[in-house]
Amino acid sequence: MSAAAGRLMIAVPRGALLAGTLDMLDRLGLDTAEMRDNDRRLLFERIGTLVAAPDAAGTPGDVEVGAITMRPSDVPTYVEAGSADLGVTGKDVLLEQVGEGERSGDRDLYELLDLRFGGCMMVLATRAGENAQGESPAAEALRRLGVMRVATKYPRTARGHMERTGRQAEIVEVKGSVELAPLTGLAEAIVDLTATGRTLVENGLVVREEIVHCTARLIANPVAHKLKAPAIERLLARLRSEAVAA
Amino acid sequence: MIHPIPSGTRDVLPDEMRELRLISDALRKGFEDHGYREVYTPALEYEEVLGRAELAEAAPAYRLFDETGAALALRSDMTPPIARLVSTRYQDARPPLRFCYLAHCYRRVRPARGQSRELLQAGIELIGAPAPEGTVEVLTALCRTLDGTGLKDYRVGLGDASLFGALMARLGVPEHRRAALLGALVRRDFVLLERLVGEIDIDAQARRTLCEGPQLRGGIEVLQQAPGPLADALAGMREVAGRLPRDVADRVIFDLGLVREIGYYTGAVFEVYDPGLGAPLGGGGRYDELLGRFGRPLPAVGFAIGVEKLHIALAGEERGSGAMLR
Repeated sequence: MSAAAGRLMIAVPRGALLAGTLDMLDRLGLDTAEMRDNDRRLLFERIGTLVAAPDAAGTPGDVEVGAITMRPSDVPTYVEAGSADLGVTGKDVLLEQVGEGERSGDRDLYELLDLRFGGCMMVLATRAGENAQGESPAAEALRRLGVMRVATKYPRTARGHMERTGRQAEIVEVKGSVELAPLTGLAEAIVDLTATGRTLVENGLVVREEIVHCTARLIANPVAHKLKAPAIERLLARLRSEAVAA
Repeated sequence: MIHPIPSGTRDVLPDEMRELRLISDALRKGFEDHGYREVYTPALEYEEVLGRAELAEAAPAYRLFDETGAALALRSDMTPPIARLVSTRYQDARPPLRFCYLAHCYRRVRPARGQSRELLQAGIELIGAPAPEGTVEVLTALCRTLDGTGLKDYRVGLGDASLFGALMARLGVPEHRRAALLGALVRRDFVLLERLVGEIDIDAQARRTLCEGPQLRGGIEVLQQAPGPLADALAGMREVAGRLPRDVADRVIFDLGLVREIGYYTGAVFEVYDPGLGAPLGGGGRYDELLGRFGRPLPAVGFAIGVEKLHIALAGEERGSGAMLR
């Protein structure tokens, strides 16, 4: 066995969660300067060593860490395949790809820790204003047409929410700016993730329902979770003590 | 002309077939060297018969009707057919009975690396041998058979399907909350587990044990250092651990959070990991109540290895690359 407890490859999400993830890696004493400087490079073989004391079984403490960067929705794919041992992604991505409370088996991943940054709310929103009966455009459509059309980038989450609340819905999947859908008559409502609500307001939309609060999560490959247990536990211990200190 | 085949199925051409054959032969030899004799059962069975096993997530997914209108299903797992075989064809035979198989099973999985909807499983069943001796025999046969295929870096995770339930009972978790907690563990969602545990009215120490216990895994020290209420629930695992031959014990990762999707396991459960593949190669465990549902109550234990997955892991080890061999 080498002098390290193992080498961990971490999948780091680009976009809204990138800054929080890099700050977290910095606090662990890893070197993210290269990742911050070069946003074209995707693979960072080594970003430092997590220094730790040997454990009770005498396994050496130091853990070498590498990183790969990708869009947040790809993180579960790389981690499930074992191309990364660990990954950081949003709960919104996990709800959409792994589900919650329903049957498992779509994705085989461990969800280890709520990292508490990147907080966002999954909401159902419609155009502002009510009709004479005080109904939102979506409620009116549901009453008069029997179905509410919901545009979203999160079809599974949206369908689950409509089923749990006992309403008939047509889910319209879009890839880009979902705010456009209610403005053009494609749908009466949208289900989307919002941090500040500014984009909604700027497009004349209002939040009607809050579905679920989402934060960044640390996920693990199920085989790495066993074969690299000492290294993963050391990283987790550091992250948990950080959380207590903060 | 290009003619498609169903999603999740595939053709095997001679180069791959030759390698699969070598692996199958090595597995069969390993099983037979340990006294397990090969059987074959039909891929199609009556749905009602397969339904006697609680397969949960792994329940048969492909059903059809025969000319009399009877509901048939393609087997999703070899253990229920062998339980049927034992209770039907070996009614009076003196246990223990030892069988092995190499057979295709059918599951509606999301096709992924090494995951086909038609999968070749190789395994053994030891019927009529209780814990801990039966469990030790099967774990030993598992490791020595894998050694015989040339796989080098594999490890075997060993847990106990009854452990978390016993722990919840001991720590006073109300009965109506237990299914949700176990569900979070089965889904491998420790964030949800912690949230659910936080809603239960028990003391802080008990909460910690419920959240941290299932995350304990490693060498024999895991069994030795476990805190009070957990230590009591580990008696079964300690009995197995104390009887394992040295070479087998060195392969084992004691895992207090290991649970398997299939519902019929009652005691020891295990999974096989190799750094060449990002998913377990296979697994098994004790199913002491399953045979009773087929009318011949006998304690039993077995495992199955996915031959295609083993092939990927062997190829990864050979190349020095693969999921965790970066």
